Amino acid sequence: MNAQIDIVADSVAGILKRTPLHALHVKLGAKMVPFAGYDMPVQYPLGVMKEHAQTRQKAGLFDVSHMGQAKLTAHEGDAAVLFEELVPGGIATLKEGRIRYTQFTNEHGGILDDLMATRFGDTLWLVVNAACKDDDFAHIAAKLEGRATLEIEQRALLALQGPLAEAVLAALMPACQELVFMQSVWTEFQGTEVLVSRCGYTGEDGYELSIAEDKAVGLAEALLAHEDVEPIGLGARDSLRLEAGLCLYGHDIDTNTTSAEADLMWSVPKRRRAAADFPGADVVNAQLADGMAKQRVGILPEGRAPAREGTEIQSATGETIGTVTSGGFGPTLGGPLAMGYVPPAYAAVGTEIQLIVRGKAMPARIAAMPFVRQNYKKG
Amino acid sequence: MSKKFTKDHEWISLDGDVATVGITDYAQAQLGDVVFVEVPEAGKQVAKGDDAAVVESVKAASEVYAPVSGEVVEGNGELEGNPALVNEDADDSGWFFKMKLADAGELDGLMDEAAYADYVKELD
Repeated sequence: MNAQIDIVADSVAGILKRTPLHALHVKLGAKMVPFAGYDMPVQYPLGVMKEHAQTRQKAGLFDVSHMGQAKLTAHEGDAAVLFEELVPGGIATLKEGRIRYTQFTNEHGGILDDLMATRFGDTLWLVVNAACKDDDFAHIAAKLEGRATLEIEQRALLALQGPLAEAVLAALMPACQELVFMQSVWTEFQGTEVLVSRCGYTGEDGYELSIAEDKAVGLAEALLAHEDVEPIGLGARDSLRLEAGLCLYGHDIDTNTTSAEADLMWSVPKRRRAAADFPGADVVNAQLADGMAKQRVGILPEGRAPAREGTEIQSATGETIGTVTSGGFGPTLGGPLAMGYVPPAYAAVGTEIQLIVRGKAMPARIAAMPFVRQNYKKG
Repeated sequence: MSKKFTKDHEWISLDGDVATVGITDYAQAQLGDVVFVEVPEAGKQVAKGDDAAVVESVKAASEVYAPVSGEVVEGNGELEGNPALVNEDADDSGWFFKMKLADAGELDGLMDEAAYADYVKELD
């Protein structure tokens, strides 16, 4: 037997970095793997299936301290206005303490990374992907040189996700109850400042908690002490986000996909499209007007065999039409699921397609996303 | 006959001229929750080291190799509907397929239980 694909671990030469929770993961019995240059927990003794179910039914604690956090301040005026030069999102219009999902794009409209931006006064708090953070920060510094200051925040980031997250966290930080989905507030935990954001990457209600590195273990232990909380690894994080229809950078989106092709135009307001004032706006607008060569879709394979990343997608008549960019098994769905890119002619929900798995054509169909209903606390 | 083991974590157990093949408990623990298994059909000819079956966990897909050459006489149909049986009982009811050996001498090249235990110890 030989593991051929591992969609979570990636091979990184050299010394792996550790998050402030590393020793805690080891103590909890986690299986550690290299991920984005960090030694990270892929699963705990509970296992991926039960960790996934725990997060859907109760609450799961994730270490996402490998992600990049930074604060952007303009030398004059509003950082959010300046930041719109780099992203297609509606950032200038963000209200105090509100979070936006957006993408860094290049002049061809290709996605350099996806991120969350939160407004506090005239500053923005940014959270970016671990694998891209050095490039992202260099990109921001270069594009806004002389006009803004980017402070990289060496802080831990925990995510508490699941329907019981609010009840669990409220005992430690009551302010969390006043937030709705995509809203943030600074509060305190045992005398330490914590940035609490009601967002996540699982499709469930929940929070991300930014805290000083030397206080992170104390917060994690306080959360894990609750009977409804279990630690959750990267394995379940991936199956949860896939069921929620959320993109994984470097897989479902990259510099070869635009926000339009990736079906992320919900994150690009009309104002930005009309002004065409973000990198690659002309490309995105042309795609929206004239059509695209490919677009991101959800896929449900028939049967039980998962179709992994890289699987060839064919039309029902056997023409090659695209590739799976993420695929696996959905524990809550109870079967295989995938996302990938196909031409718009094949993108309608219900379209019959074929997936070439180990040389055999398997029937599948285009499906709506999310695959599992999202459970956010909307305002 | 007692079980023999491969470096790729398959076990093989010979009874008369038919051998049963599975993956080891160590292998199932490494894989994690098994969600899909594809076993070979009866009549399939396999050479030692060929891909013979597929086992997938939530996060990874793996091939199961034929430990020796021969003809598949039965796949474990139970695993299609209940792949988690591999996690629960890898050493016994979670077997993958049965095969008729082409050359019983090929078994001599495999590890016995003690040698496999030493081999796994070195991997950890």
